[in-house]
Amino acid sequence: MTDNSWLQIGLYLATIILCARPLGVWMAAVYEGRKTFLHRALGWLERLIYRAAGIRPDDPMNWKAYATAVMLLSLLSGIALYGLQCLQGYLPLNPEHMSGVSPDLAFNTAISFVTNTNWQSYNGETTLSYLTQMLGLTVQNFISAAVGMAVLVALIRGLRGKQTDNLGNFWADLTRGILYILLPLSVVLAMLLVSQGVVQSLNPYQKVRLVEPQHYSMRTTGSNGKMVNTRTVVRHQLLPTGPAASQIAIKQLGTNGGGFFGANSAYPYENPTPLSNWLEMAAILLIPAALCCTFGRMVGDMRQGWAIMAAMLLLLIPLMIGCTAAEHAQNPAVAHLIHHHPGWALKNHGYMEGKETRFGITDSAIWTTVTTAASNGSVNSMLDSYSAIGGLIPMWLLQLGEVVFGGVGSGLYGMIMFVIVTVFIAGLMVGRTPEYLGKKIEAFEIKMAAICVLVPPALLLTATAVACVLPGVTNALGNTGPHGFSEILYWASSTANNNGSAFAGLGTNSVFYNIVGGVLMWVGRFWIIIPTLALAGSLAKKKIIPPSSGTLPTHNGMFTCLLAATVVLVGALTFFPALALGPIVEFLSGGRL
Amino acid sequence: MSISTQSLFNRTILRRAVLDALGKFDPRVQVRNPVMCVVYAGAIFTSGLFVRALAGGGGTSAGFILAISAWLWFTVLFANFAEAMAEGRGKAQADTLRKGRREVTAKVLAEPHKGAVQRIAAAADLRQSDIVLVEAGEVIPADGTVVEGMATVDESAITGESAPVIRESGGDRSSVTGGTRVLSDWLVIRVTCDPGETFLDRMIAMVEGAKRQKTPNEIALNILLAKLTIIFLLATATLLPFSIYAVHAVGHGSPVSMTILAALLVCLIPTTIGGLLSAIGIAGMDRMIQKNVIATSGRAVEAAGDVDVLLLDKTGTITLGNRQAVEFICAPGVSLSDLAEAAQLASLVDETPEGRSIMVLAKQYCKRRPRDLESAQAHFIPFSAQTRMSGVDIANRQIRKGAIESIARHAAQLGGSFPAELETAAQTIARSGGTPLAVAQGSQVLGVIALKDIVKPGIKERFGELRRMGIKTVMITGDNPLTAAAIAAEAGVDDFLAQATPEAKLKLIREHQQGGRLVAMTGDGTNDAPALAQADVAVAMNSGTHAAKEAGNMVDLDSNPTKLIEIIETGKQMLMTRGSLTTFSIANDVSKYFAIIPAMFSGIYPCMNRLNIMHLSTPGSAILSAVIFNALIIIILIPLALRGVKYRPMPAAKLLMHNVLIYGIGGLIAPFIGIKLIDMALTAMHLV
Repeated sequence: MTDNSWLQIGLYLATIILCARPLGVWMAAVYEGRKTFLHRALGWLERLIYRAAGIRPDDPMNWKAYATAVMLLSLLSGIALYGLQCLQGYLPLNPEHMSGVSPDLAFNTAISFVTNTNWQSYNGETTLSYLTQMLGLTVQNFISAAVGMAVLVALIRGLRGKQTDNLGNFWADLTRGILYILLPLSVVLAMLLVSQGVVQSLNPYQKVRLVEPQHYSMRTTGSNGKMVNTRTVVRHQLLPTGPAASQIAIKQLGTNGGGFFGANSAYPYENPTPLSNWLEMAAILLIPAALCCTFGRMVGDMRQGWAIMAAMLLLLIPLMIGCTAAEHAQNPAVAHLIHHHPGWALKNHGYMEGKETRFGITDSAIWTTVTTAASNGSVNSMLDSYSAIGGLIPMWLLQLGEVVFGGVGSGLYGMIMFVIVTVFIAGLMVGRTPEYLGKKIEAFEIKMAAICVLVPPALLLTATAVACVLPGVTNALGNTGPHGFSEILYWASSTANNNGSAFAGLGTNSVFYNIVGGVLMWVGRFWIIIPTLALAGSLAKKKIIPPSSGTLPTHNGMFTCLLAATVVLVGALTFFPALALGPIVEFLSGGRL
Repeated sequence: MSISTQSLFNRTILRRAVLDALGKFDPRVQVRNPVMCVVYAGAIFTSGLFVRALAGGGGTSAGFILAISAWLWFTVLFANFAEAMAEGRGKAQADTLRKGRREVTAKVLAEPHKGAVQRIAAAADLRQSDIVLVEAGEVIPADGTVVEGMATVDESAITGESAPVIRESGGDRSSVTGGTRVLSDWLVIRVTCDPGETFLDRMIAMVEGAKRQKTPNEIALNILLAKLTIIFLLATATLLPFSIYAVHAVGHGSPVSMTILAALLVCLIPTTIGGLLSAIGIAGMDRMIQKNVIATSGRAVEAAGDVDVLLLDKTGTITLGNRQAVEFICAPGVSLSDLAEAAQLASLVDETPEGRSIMVLAKQYCKRRPRDLESAQAHFIPFSAQTRMSGVDIANRQIRKGAIESIARHAAQLGGSFPAELETAAQTIARSGGTPLAVAQGSQVLGVIALKDIVKPGIKERFGELRRMGIKTVMITGDNPLTAAAIAAEAGVDDFLAQATPEAKLKLIREHQQGGRLVAMTGDGTNDAPALAQADVAVAMNSGTHAAKEAGNMVDLDSNPTKLIEIIETGKQMLMTRGSLTTFSIANDVSKYFAIIPAMFSGIYPCMNRLNIMHLSTPGSAILSAVIFNALIIIILIPLALRGVKYRPMPAAKLLMHNVLIYGIGGLIAPFIGIKLIDMALTAMHLV
């Protein structure tokens, strides 16, 4: 690691931590329905939406009503997005005349964007029309992010409620989240990105003359049925463009991660400069970190929010440093060459393969850890080319359940499930029925929290197992051996945990991967949201027990460490055998398998 | 029967436990515990694999499968044994109790008085509201309330206390328990229980654990353990396809064998806590019985650990039974010995504890023995509510003792006056929580006696402990607020309820419960019953009335109100033991991975051996060592499960740190050492 690496990591984390409190407090005000300065500018719009949609923002909802609303919205969104993709050939704003998307891919993509996963089995620039990108994907980027935050807010209301059924009004939470939080931040970020050169245009793709014509030859069957070498000269290049900046801003802020272009943020039109890279990177963790403070503010004890954030940082920082260090380290294959050929002028350049020269190793490694810690999943470098440990870290971050900051809203409510498990075991250890924020944690709560912790690992292990042995499925692999196994494991981890990050190297645009992936994403999202809301409903009905010195404190260093340890232990114990057969054995073999 | 403290590993209990453990191999028993049920299934499965291997099937050596299978059976056996050990003591006690419940005949009366028509009936046929007569030497046939008579009763069969107790109609000593024996006189009793629901029946069921239901926290923990088991089941089961892929990819080695997968699964699932969980619960109840507390359910014991507020009666709990005389203050010109003598004379026939304590104090100052009262023709004036004085007319002396106002009025009537100095002294006594009494001879007020509540020695320290545990103590007293405040300060309670009425008590409990707190209290009188019924943890004294015992969810056979503190500790211990062993069990898994994963995959990927950080000799011994450790740790931890993790009164944060260090970090390290030692032993014996 270089001095620059330390500086970058320090600066990045400092920015996130400094922004957390003001933004968090602001979001708390929005969700509590208090008037903020934005109400003066946008209040009329909020009221107009309510009137148009027939929403009474103060109507209370119990957990079942809240969950029904979430499911209804997501189901309708999914159907709309599916239809939009299939019919895009007949719809306007399609300058490249893209035809309808195949049903299995449309199914996968619809679920992917509705569940805030943004797994992409397609390349945006060769598959989707501008209309699909804007009206379909960008809209879902906003909605799925706002749904995650709304569910979190409902859970917080459950934690602070006193013998009530009311978890708030989903439609109001959704509207406020989009209108006062996601939209203003996206506008600002999109402007900044455009200033760096991110494209924002409705023009058709641009055909430009190459500075230096390229030649290539291909063996084809000639007209006489014999194989002939055809030599081709390429003089022009087609540069895809489109309304990218507006989508990229929310893709980063809403921890969606689905790129406008296939190469995602490695592509110069999506992420042109080190500064744009830095802005996009900061945008990933901005809201997930601030939500910790929103949580603290709304439960009336900021320390509770900081404690959770500290536990997240406790997990993130070592992994971020580990990933960066692993990428800076010498490739054992190169070391082997140096050892056996002392005369060769070989130096350690770390693992530059698959990374953009304008970002370098450090910014690529930070991006990779951050994007897999948060359920963003955008990439600015190719993970398939990372070192064994460098690839292990993002994969394990996915498998931890997307709770190290995680998705907007979903990361924190996922972490609160771990908090409940931790509080339960730690609470027993101090000889009291466990309680969190004054709410007793009993059988029902444990059942719900355990489902949330159990569902993603169950999904991803099963899917990986099936993909490993199903004939034909492994043909999609770019590599064989442990690395090929890592590619499958990464795909399942990413979809089941709603991250959307891709290891690459695995061609997933096949019926099997599209359908199974779609199911993983759907179940991985809603089988957590529903138990979370059920838990919120059950907590809201309980009394709040005032704390005494016999109560387990959940805001101190001890608890922070225990929480981090629980996440690590569950993650390690569940995935150690699988990881051992993938990145760990790659590491142990020193690249000589 | 007396509930004696027996050592944990008593030989008869041990023998019985071994037999019971074998009986628990019944699948209907196993299915109740999800974690051990998986081990049970694994044991059966590997046994099947062994049979197949004998027949020449499968690739693994039959000897290895047999060893793994045998240790899986042992794991189940050890868990069974832990439960049987926990039940053992209770069963032995239940047998003794049953022996005490001989066939008893009862004299049933037609009317609720002694002279009514009698008929003889078997005790087993008695129903609620039957009236029975029990005379000296007879055994009381059923639980009931005394409606007529008074007798001494030997309750040692229930309480283990050999000193007889008095039972009489009316008041707070009217309840009798079936199976106890009337020693003198007679009692007419109204039966309050139908057969099968008596106190003795409940006690037998309780000690036997027959009606044991899982407590709320135990249910929650079971859910968590079941979910963990599912995760590990998946993590293990998917290793088969993963290894098939790996073999296919590298072109050598063989997929993981079923035996090894079963071994890994059993090592990973939380068998330590799963195997000991029910033993912890049973042992917790058993510890309550050792403390002579009969709880109606495990739920009540567990709730005791959560108590936030403790309501304690002042008299008998915080202070020694009654007020005692501590000081004489003389009026100007009166000598201490004169005052003491007068006080002594006035208290001669005062049989109240206060009166006796005045006699004791007076003896220190007045060396003269009381005169021959017969010859002096003493005439005693008993205490009356009107005059609020008592005293004696002896020779020509008129000695009176009573409340300050009464004596002042008495002296004024006779033309005397109440000295101002004494007035001030009396006020000082009252302010400090005492009760002043004045003594007068004729119209002259001689002085003031200070009566004071004596706070039980050591009680202040106990309250300090409770405060560190986060429990608030509230003193309940009928005294006026001034007196109550002074005693509360002296005893170190957090709060007090003065001039308490049953309604005020009930209201106080409800207020605390509204605030989300869990309230515990003790009581013995019928007027305590509503409050006992409202409290979350209510301990009725065995000496108390039937109504109180019915309202409470625990009965203290020793009738010791400070027992609540021990009950709370036992409740906390139960939870702590479960939490600590869960942590230990899960922390153990890390080392098992390091033992088994390299052994599993080194055939496919030889470089995997670098994970064998314990340097276990062969793959076979590595897996077997982990399985053996996993089984033995259950046996090693049985004493801890039965005794419970030691509770230390300290704030939760400190307690957590302490237990995390021992059971979390300890649980991480211990198996590395244990597995290595077992591996060395196996290698030394050339078993692998």
